[in-house]
Amino acid sequence: MALYSNHTGKPHKRHIRNTIIFIVLMLFALATIFPIYFMFITSLGDPVEAGAVDYSIWPKQFSLESYKFFFDYSKYSYRWILNSLIVATAVTVSNVIFASMAGFAFSKLRFKGRGILFGILLVSMMIPYQVTQVPLYILIVNTFELQNTYSALIMPSIVTVYNIFLAKQFMSGIPTEILECAKIEGCSQPQIYMKIILPLSKTVLAVMAILTFMDSWNTFFWPLLVTNSMEMQTIQVGLKNFRFANTTYISPMMAGAAISALPMFILFFSLQKYFLEGVTVGAVKG
Amino acid sequence: MASITKPIKRRRSKEEQTWGYAFIAVALVAFAMFTAYPVVSAFIISLQEYKPLGSTYIGADNYVDTLHDSLFWKALRNTVVYTVLTVPVNLFLSMVIAILILPFRKKTQSFFKGIYYLPVVASGVALSVVWLWIFDPMEHGILNQVVQAFGGSSQNWLGRSATAMFSLVLMSWLSSHGTSIIIYLAGLLGIDSTYYEAAEIDGASFLQKLWHIVVPCLKPATLFLLVTGVIGSFQVFQNAYLMTGGGPDNATTMVGLLIFNNAFTYFNFGRAAAQSLILAVIIAVIALIQFKFVGKDVEY
Repeated sequence: MALYSNHTGKPHKRHIRNTIIFIVLMLFALATIFPIYFMFITSLGDPVEAGAVDYSIWPKQFSLESYKFFFDYSKYSYRWILNSLIVATAVTVSNVIFASMAGFAFSKLRFKGRGILFGILLVSMMIPYQVTQVPLYILIVNTFELQNTYSALIMPSIVTVYNIFLAKQFMSGIPTEILECAKIEGCSQPQIYMKIILPLSKTVLAVMAILTFMDSWNTFFWPLLVTNSMEMQTIQVGLKNFRFANTTYISPMMAGAAISALPMFILFFSLQKYFLEGVTVGAVKG
Repeated sequence: MASITKPIKRRRSKEEQTWGYAFIAVALVAFAMFTAYPVVSAFIISLQEYKPLGSTYIGADNYVDTLHDSLFWKALRNTVVYTVLTVPVNLFLSMVIAILILPFRKKTQSFFKGIYYLPVVASGVALSVVWLWIFDPMEHGILNQVVQAFGGSSQNWLGRSATAMFSLVLMSWLSSHGTSIIIYLAGLLGIDSTYYEAAEIDGASFLQKLWHIVVPCLKPATLFLLVTGVIGSFQVFQNAYLMTGGGPDNATTMVGLLIFNNAFTYFNFGRAAAQSLILAVIIAVIALIQFKFVGKDVEY
């Protein structure tokens, strides 16, 4: 008993139906991943100018020349990747630590103003980022004079409201009795957090870490604003320079795009479960 | 006596209070500095002609100017057109795909979820590089090759007002449904099988089951995706910025891009702040309307 009939007694009928559905899904899936596929195929071509490129849907050759071209193009190519790694790692670590601490406090500790404070945080998630971008830029660049520093890239996302919300939702599900027991046994609050809350929240912390890393790695807007020297740019911003400078070299361009996307693809394929789990946390109940 | 029979109420202990504040301290400072302060500051800046050394207070001029600015209205119209063309279509596509994925075994389901989610994982800049090439105006651009194969003629996709918006919409159709498919699938898997049993006893067809069980049961997910989708769409900046730069002739200038240009191309911070606050109000109103109309019988 389900949405789809089982065609009990007529397995071939079910088989045919599922095959048709499978083909439809495959066709649409191919259209969806075509840009990504095309990016990798083209990046393996020779780094020749646009007119001379041999466009084919099937790879005719495997050459890493275009990747070499990309790294030779700018002496900062490696630096961009390193910057992205530093920023994304720092943002991820600080979010996991501070969001889990705040989530613990908001879900399990009683203190004056807890409800109101959390309410304010929630409402602030509705504010479009365009509202804060100008004042934030003025604050970081003009007031603190942090242009072209890692601090400028990292600080504004040191702990995001979304992650606090995620942590709070999950930790509310941990039975309070456990914490009471620990307290009777003589645990202090930091000990409860370290020894009980954190181990029990591993899944949500992993989800949080992965989504935060992905967001930070892919972010384009803020690094674009606060960096103007080539050596402090992240890979996403660097890629943009490269694109406008070298529009006629398709293969190296695709190699650059592939390089900026590759770490996320590797992470995605090895940790698919956490990525997909993260999508539904907070969106659907049950 | 009464005090004994009453359940023991857990009171805030002093120690717990202190630790509570300690644990939220960093989050609170970060929030105050990087969200609360900027919001208040945005409002103040919006009333000024902002200059790095001493701004002048000009009252509501930035707002008045914005409302008299034809480009603002054009950007707003573009944003609405883009939203109307992308959000409902993406929701519909995602729901259909999720329903199609449903009959398969867990492994196949994960396989499709993975494929459809892949573009979400790729960076927007990387994808824009590829899409620029797909929309390449020359004969060898991929879309042009496809069009030619079907007997059409090459187009300057991103370079003409008539097709530029369509190009951005097409890009959205083919790359931004990964998240909603997974949310819909989770919703579908959560539907109680007794509903289907009851329907089958009544002799309901597949389509009837879809309409009377699946669609209503997916309503909370739909509302969530609708609200977040529209809010996201109204803030669209990156694709317009990277793909067309808002051109040709501002045909793809969205509100998000307009605000960016006012702030960081013309350094007219006051104007940009005023427009961003107008955008915030529009988004809040839209969200409220959606909750009112669609969310009447949705429980959370």
